Amino acid sequence: MEQYLIYNTLWYPILTVLMAVPLFGAFITLGIRGDQNLKIWGLLVTVLTTVLSLPLFFSFDLTTAKYQFAEFNDWIPFVDISYVLGVDGISVLLVLLTTLVMPLCILCSWSYIKERFREFIFVLLFIEASMIGVFISLNMVLFFIFWEAMLVPMYLIIAVWGGPRKDYASIKFFLYTLIGSIFLFVAIIALYVTTGTFFIPELMTHHYSFSYQMWIFLAFALAFAIKVPMFPFHTWLPAAHVEAPTAGSVILASILLKMGGYGFLRFCLPIAPAATVYCMPYLIVISIMSIIFGGYLALGQSDIKKLIAYSSVGHMGFVTLGIFLLNDVGIKGAILQMINHGITTGALFILVGMIYERTHSREISDNSALGIVMPIYVSFLVIFSLSSLAFPGTNSFVGELLVLIACFSKYKVVGGFAVVGAILAAAYMLRLVQKMVWADSDGHSHPGDRSQLFDLNLRETATLTFLTIFVFWIGFHPTPLLNIMDTSTAHLLKQVESGMHASPAGHHAHLNGLGETVKNLIAFKY
Amino acid sequence: MILFLPELALTFMILVFFFVSLTKLNQPRLQWMGLVLSALAVVASVYTYGQEGSLFFDAYRIDAFSQLFKVIITFGLFIVIYLGEDLSGIDKTLKPEYYLFLTLSTFGLICMSSAVELITIILSLEIASFALFIIIPFRKHGAYRKPMEAGIKYVLFGAAASGITLYGMSYIFGLTHTTYLADLVKIIPGMISQKPLILIGLVMLLCGFFYKLALFPMHFWAPDVYEGAANETSAFIATLPKVGAVVLLIRLIFLAGVDSGQFTWVLAILAVLSMSFGNLAALVQDDIKRLLAYSSIAHAGYVMVGLLCASELGFTSGIYYITGYLLMNLACFFVIYNLAPKGENISFDDLKGLYKRSPLLAFTLAVGAFGMAGIPPTVGFTGKLFLFTAAIKNDMYALVILAVINTGIAVFYYLKMVRAAYTSIESPMPKISLRFSTYLLGIFFIVIILYLGTFPQGFIDFAQEAVAAAI
Repeated sequence: MEQYLIYNTLWYPILTVLMAVPLFGAFITLGIRGDQNLKIWGLLVTVLTTVLSLPLFFSFDLTTAKYQFAEFNDWIPFVDISYVLGVDGISVLLVLLTTLVMPLCILCSWSYIKERFREFIFVLLFIEASMIGVFISLNMVLFFIFWEAMLVPMYLIIAVWGGPRKDYASIKFFLYTLIGSIFLFVAIIALYVTTGTFFIPELMTHHYSFSYQMWIFLAFALAFAIKVPMFPFHTWLPAAHVEAPTAGSVILASILLKMGGYGFLRFCLPIAPAATVYCMPYLIVISIMSIIFGGYLALGQSDIKKLIAYSSVGHMGFVTLGIFLLNDVGIKGAILQMINHGITTGALFILVGMIYERTHSREISDNSALGIVMPIYVSFLVIFSLSSLAFPGTNSFVGELLVLIACFSKYKVVGGFAVVGAILAAAYMLRLVQKMVWADSDGHSHPGDRSQLFDLNLRETATLTFLTIFVFWIGFHPTPLLNIMDTSTAHLLKQVESGMHASPAGHHAHLNGLGETVKNLIAFKY
Repeated sequence: MILFLPELALTFMILVFFFVSLTKLNQPRLQWMGLVLSALAVVASVYTYGQEGSLFFDAYRIDAFSQLFKVIITFGLFIVIYLGEDLSGIDKTLKPEYYLFLTLSTFGLICMSSAVELITIILSLEIASFALFIIIPFRKHGAYRKPMEAGIKYVLFGAAASGITLYGMSYIFGLTHTTYLADLVKIIPGMISQKPLILIGLVMLLCGFFYKLALFPMHFWAPDVYEGAANETSAFIATLPKVGAVVLLIRLIFLAGVDSGQFTWVLAILAVLSMSFGNLAALVQDDIKRLLAYSSIAHAGYVMVGLLCASELGFTSGIYYITGYLLMNLACFFVIYNLAPKGENISFDDLKGLYKRSPLLAFTLAVGAFGMAGIPPTVGFTGKLFLFTAAIKNDMYALVILAVINTGIAVFYYLKMVRAAYTSIESPMPKISLRFSTYLLGIFFIVIILYLGTFPQGFIDFAQEAVAAAI
């Protein structure tokens, strides 16, 4: 174990505590009466989790690619399942993102959720525990348990507190994700039977035959592609986003989607390197399609939430593109883009929730020309919209730039298409901002029918200010975050490199014909 | 004497209820008596756990395997009696008899778990079945003609299945000249590759247990019987006889030996057909009990995936899975029973808005249904993990892939149940007020399904010990 793990040396078992605090908090919630108390309790628990998670950032050892803060316990010896936790440079930021976003989810539900508050807080805290669990599990089965356990609370968030078509949206979300992961389940067991372990770092060190890798890769990729979501599997996302309450959308956009990207990095690349390299051209093409179709579809939306949902498809396209370019800059850009998308899109969904509370409509036409009555609101809207279209100086700029650099250094054609996606992002976001802030306003206030449009209160301003800090911090000084990923990405690429040579496609070269064609196409060789 | 304690406890219970049926004693005293006496049987089974021995000229074996199942089965009886508080679906005059026959059937089942000789096996099987034939039409009369239909169907199919089993036994006896499993296990593995007749005999022998387990192609009775029988009777039929069937399937499959190509193939095909048929038919059901019947056909297929591996891992997984299935299914029937104060059948429309009428029932249903769908951290997930691991260890990739595709299909209708319970309706129905004891049972189901799913090792240790004793 020591060759993979650095055991936790903090005075408390930090990773277990990060899951246990929300989980126990959730159960205590069931005994609390009064909505006000519940809100405060929810906020307390999530903030406590955030505070407890901070050592992950400050005590993180930048020099090693091993899994840090690790804990190890036997759990089900019957099939060698153990309770192993640990974080490396890839997962630590996602854990921090989760703990930072959750208090905001409570804050943005403060007056949005009107009924069943106790259950709502319970479900939110429960999902926090399982989301953190996904990122820190180093045992395949443990990972899968959290991966699936997360579905039920998310389903309930949409199905109980959702909008008019919640029934359709929640069931679509559930079935898509679950059916995507059934083959993941088989792949996990198959890996166990082949190697005799569920321990993820050890699985990475084994060498598998090429065809075995292909099957494993496909099973994994299907689950993760649905979660990301990549182009042909993205249809559950707009439905789920539109119907979910604000907190649900924020969790979905900020954290749940990241699990797909995380899965690719953690499992597909190191466990099936030869298959990854073989499938790379296709996945790059699909990523490009996600970017362009997501952006194109966002252009045509009249519902603000749907627009942001489709923009998510585009942004996550950049993430998968960065991952499958398989170079250092690309992967770092992808991870950073995941964090950025979590911050920016989360904030945009919070903004939509705020305006929905006031006008009870998510249509752009019902929420236009707000600038004159809600100056604070539109200031935030503009900041986060600019961040969403990757305006220089904001966080997304850094992430997208890194991915584009990776593109142009590897496949120029791909870079060209990705730039089109970036331009589309500018087009739909600026259109949204123009309509919502100015529209055809003459610059004068028209009192009367717009009395419900009061500006943001202190709670709402604080929520958004918190995220704004990160927008500019990452925008101007991303180095600390990039440093954290540095060693782990380098290690990951080394694993892919060595794995690729250990079990090359070899006699499967005849299979490779189409892949080569696609590769040549995107490498602009014809 | 002490070896036979669980059986004696149940015999005592049968006698008590026999005399009670002559008096005018009624609820809730009857239920109290049932609870105390069945608890006694559970204690007796637990007490005899760890004992070993043979009775009746070695036809009846007491070991860790049989005693584990006796604990599970008597405990299941306790829960079924606890669950049917007022026996609201049973004719008023028949309530003492209802308990009498319920116990009698349980008695047959625990005999099944100890029987290691073919005639003893068939006798126990018949005791378990005959008692059930009688209580299915005990349902309150009224708008329902179905109970009679269900009773007749159960008798006819049961008789046919027993006939096939006996016929299979005649082949086996003819070829091997013994009825003791201990002797058969020495003869059959050598014979199976040379004499196809023994294979046919074995499969026919298993048919009686397929019938109990509702495995394809002996599943036809399940939907009609579940629908026609009273809710509390269905809860019994759906769970305990299946546990009994698993006991004997483990004993009998072990007879064929581990590397018995064709036999495994037959079982694998039956498992796949059972899963696929059960799940596809369940998709279109409206009556919840019919849906659970088809889902039980599918689950029989999953259990078979573990059993047909004929490995220690496979058998242990099978025991774990069927125990989990017992709990999850009872949880669903618990909700159905409490939703139908007059003992009527429940459809999806009746489930609507349940989370407003009774949050506990809705959550119990959600845990039970998600458990059967195999969502972690429930016992259903962990069970499937073990089963599929066992199957992949035997290189049965295709079987596992078909099984997980089936899991995917099944999620749809389990989710449909949960979805119905968590949709809000315009005209609110009255709240369901639960008694404290009912409330406790609901919490018990939720906790045990999650606990066994999260910490299976404790139970697995017992199951492993049991399997080691049996094989």
